[in-house]
Amino acid sequence: MENTEQPRSISGSMQSPRSPPSSQPYLSVSVSDPVKLGNGVQSYISYRVITKTNFPEYQGPEKIVIRRYSDFVWLRDRLSEKYKGIFIPPLPEKSAVEKFRFSAEFIEMRRAALDIFVNRIALHPELQQSEDLRTFLQADEETMERFRFQETGIFMKKPADLMQMFRDVQSKVSDAVLGKEKPVEETTPEYEKLKHYVFELENHLSEAQKHAYRLVKRHRELGQSLLDFGKAVKLLGACEGEPTGKAFSDLGTKSELLSIKLQKEAQQVLMNFEEPLKDYVRYVQSIKATIAERGTAFKQHCELAETTKLKEINLDKLMLTRSDKVGEAEIEYREIKAESEEATRRFERIVKRMNEEIVRFQEQKTEEMGVAFHQFAKGQARLANGIADAWRALLPKLEASSSV
Amino acid sequence: MMGSENADGFEETNLNAPREEMENLVLGVNGDAAGGDGPLTKSDVNGDSSNSGYRSAMSTLSNVHDPLSPLPTVLTPADSDPLFAPSSYSDVRSLGSKLNSSDNSYIEPPSYADVIFSPFDENSDSEINGGEDSSRQSLSSESLSRSPSSSSSDYIKITVSNPQKEQEASNSIVPGGNTYITYQITTRTNLPDFGPSEFSVRRRFRDVVTLADRLAESYRGFCIPPRPDKSVVESQVMQKQEFVEQRRVALEKYLRRLSAHPVIRNSDELKVFLQVQGKLPLPTSTDVASRMLDGAVKLPKQLFGEGGASAVPVHEVVQPARGGRDLLRLFKELRQSVSNDWGGSKPPVVEEDKEFLEKKEKMHDLEQQIVNSSQQAESLVKAQQDMGETMGELGLAFIKLTKFENEEAVFNSQRTRATDMKNLATAAVKASRFYRELNSQTVKHLDTLHEYLGMMMAVQGAFADRSSALLTVQTLLSELSSLQARAEKLEAASSKVFGGDKSRIRKIEELKETIKVTEDAKNVAIREYERIKDNNRSEVERLDGERRADFINMMKGFVVNQVGYAEKISNVWAKVAEETSQYDREKQSS
Repeated sequence: MENTEQPRSISGSMQSPRSPPSSQPYLSVSVSDPVKLGNGVQSYISYRVITKTNFPEYQGPEKIVIRRYSDFVWLRDRLSEKYKGIFIPPLPEKSAVEKFRFSAEFIEMRRAALDIFVNRIALHPELQQSEDLRTFLQADEETMERFRFQETGIFMKKPADLMQMFRDVQSKVSDAVLGKEKPVEETTPEYEKLKHYVFELENHLSEAQKHAYRLVKRHRELGQSLLDFGKAVKLLGACEGEPTGKAFSDLGTKSELLSIKLQKEAQQVLMNFEEPLKDYVRYVQSIKATIAERGTAFKQHCELAETTKLKEINLDKLMLTRSDKVGEAEIEYREIKAESEEATRRFERIVKRMNEEIVRFQEQKTEEMGVAFHQFAKGQARLANGIADAWRALLPKLEASSSV
Repeated sequence: MMGSENADGFEETNLNAPREEMENLVLGVNGDAAGGDGPLTKSDVNGDSSNSGYRSAMSTLSNVHDPLSPLPTVLTPADSDPLFAPSSYSDVRSLGSKLNSSDNSYIEPPSYADVIFSPFDENSDSEINGGEDSSRQSLSSESLSRSPSSSSSDYIKITVSNPQKEQEASNSIVPGGNTYITYQITTRTNLPDFGPSEFSVRRRFRDVVTLADRLAESYRGFCIPPRPDKSVVESQVMQKQEFVEQRRVALEKYLRRLSAHPVIRNSDELKVFLQVQGKLPLPTSTDVASRMLDGAVKLPKQLFGEGGASAVPVHEVVQPARGGRDLLRLFKELRQSVSNDWGGSKPPVVEEDKEFLEKKEKMHDLEQQIVNSSQQAESLVKAQQDMGETMGELGLAFIKLTKFENEEAVFNSQRTRATDMKNLATAAVKASRFYRELNSQTVKHLDTLHEYLGMMMAVQGAFADRSSALLTVQTLLSELSSLQARAEKLEAASSKVFGGDKSRIRKIEELKETIKVTEDAKNVAIREYERIKDNNRSEVERLDGERRADFINMMKGFVVNQVGYAEKISNVWAKVAEETSQYDREKQSS
């Protein structure tokens, strides 16, 4: 069941979930109303999470809960654990530093990112079935807190663990456990291509995002310099006689006005262009985590297959010699075989999921980037037009002044 | 000369090759219609009304400017053809005349995107100053006839070029001698006083200092444009070539400003400097001291008689001390100027003219504000520059992404995305170029602010002349009164001796003679002071008028420029918005 009503674009803020036609199954979530709670070091933001759904597993058509950032982290971690192979939607960074300042911009950007996060999960055909999601969307605050504290230790992937996985993925060194020279890694050309693509993509995207961020700063700087320039020429105009004095005054006023436009556009570029690029980068990082998971699963599958074979050989040998250890060996063999088959199933499920996910991912990103580009272009065009209009308005007066 | 612009562009392109080439690749590849883009050609530079024309022209400018170096200093030497300065003014004027004729103002303005921002053809009419256009042009690079009363065909254009190393004449003990740089100074003019319409001389910087000093003496009370600095330190620190180029540009600006001054352009000193071949026949500052002892010399007249040029009536203002009586004045002024230089124990000038004091105060305020505005203008220019650069880098990053996605594409969604990115990247690169072009134009316009900083110094100089002239008067007055007091005392003492005191009587006679001389000197000094006051007044008035007009023109140029480029940039992005219109989500109902 999934909400295929709209194309899967979730950019932009949603203050309340859309109410689609009631016949189709839907699950729609909104994250809103950030409120700062607590003091000093312990302060945090809480968000209102509103769920509208007609899924039978849910308690009712609408539910409102209060959640904080670490709850979202809990959800992400749980899903990562249970749904290996799926690209779990990324979360905005933890950012211990920004937390202390909690500027309005930061809060809004985080809210928007969390909203997108939850909705991506709600729209994903497998993830939306998750029990943990149901818990997240419905449990009362105390229950949620209990869950959060319980699970954090076990399932939280430390950066060190992730690094290790990456190293495993990237290294072609043979597995020490098996003690064999055989590399324990998938080496199909398609998969190699995919891995290479993902790693390269991250580099390119990071660079683009870096420049996008700088562009935001440039807007702010230009705005500031226009402001200072405007003030300076106004003062200069005060020293001059007419008509130059008035001309400077008008020029200065326009300059100050444009400064405001630039600051506004800076914010727009940040939210509608740079942030989607950052999100793209995060997504790719999530894919890298999935690749690491796949690598681990592949290794396990290989190892267990090997071990099973060994056990089988051993069992046959014992059977031939009619040893009394046969029974034991047989049990062991069956256990290992079951584990191996399970490992293989897990691995294959990851592969299958990844294949589907890649398609989704590419389509989703094309859509989301398209929207981001469109908004960026519109914003820039609007800004430039505003600048042209503002300056143009001065020309008749200047023309009149110069013929005096 | 057109070629030189291109040559500059070519040289610089090699330095910036990777980035510019990449940008060219982007724009060439796209080859779309936002104004006839093609790969940039160095060949179409002037007079090309298509966008590619001005863009290639401007790109030589933007190539010339190395984005990594600090802006103001680089642009001056690199922008070796100052004629770039008024490039937009041709358009301002054409627009101006267009708009002046219409009754309505700009309700539906013509798109300023059509404004051609091509650099001037050296031979074009537009560089010729004159009353043909009432709107003034930038002060910075051209000599202009500003006053409406001058005939509209007057012009004088000075170019400084061809720096060459020369050897000091070997009167030095050191073998190899001293080397110095001379510059070729070419004048083109149709002013009758000059004789031939085009001529050249070679001068060294020392000659310029001499010229400046002699002008300062002859034109007291005038706002004389300040000469370039001697800057000994810089000459050690900078690369020789860079320093020479910087100096060349500064000299050119200086001489052009001088020739733009309605009075100074007619000065003998300037004429001599520009025309007389060989050694500069103006007395150097050390010569002045010796001249004082030998007696006054009417230098200019003699020289012109020598050169065979038409005799020039020498104005009184050019004449230094006339005859022995003026020696005293000279002497006193010399003493004053020396004491001025050492500061400190100068007798205070009692300036009673309230109007003057107010004006001085106002000028000081004005100078402060010009300094401030000039600084903020520099910041603005830097911010525009940075914007352009980052936009370009963003574009290039997306180009790389596009290539990458296309190469690795497995799904159609990737190809679609690659196309979207390419459109964005192309626009970003174009916008980046526009920002940089906008900026080099902005620099030229706002340079007017820098120019007037120099002129404020000239005003200070004029006021200083007045103060020192007043000081001379006051000194002579007090001298006179003390002499007279001595005379009276002597007479009183002498009258007590019956029959007269021969020695005292002789002394009294001498004293009376001295008093007469001093009296004359005082009168001369007073006349001089009054003259300088008049010069001050007329100069300040003239400058005020010019400055106001220049500032208006600066603003006009600046604004027209902003409008034009904002429109271009807007078009570039509107195109992308169009190309990505399928992603417009605002239309969807929520």
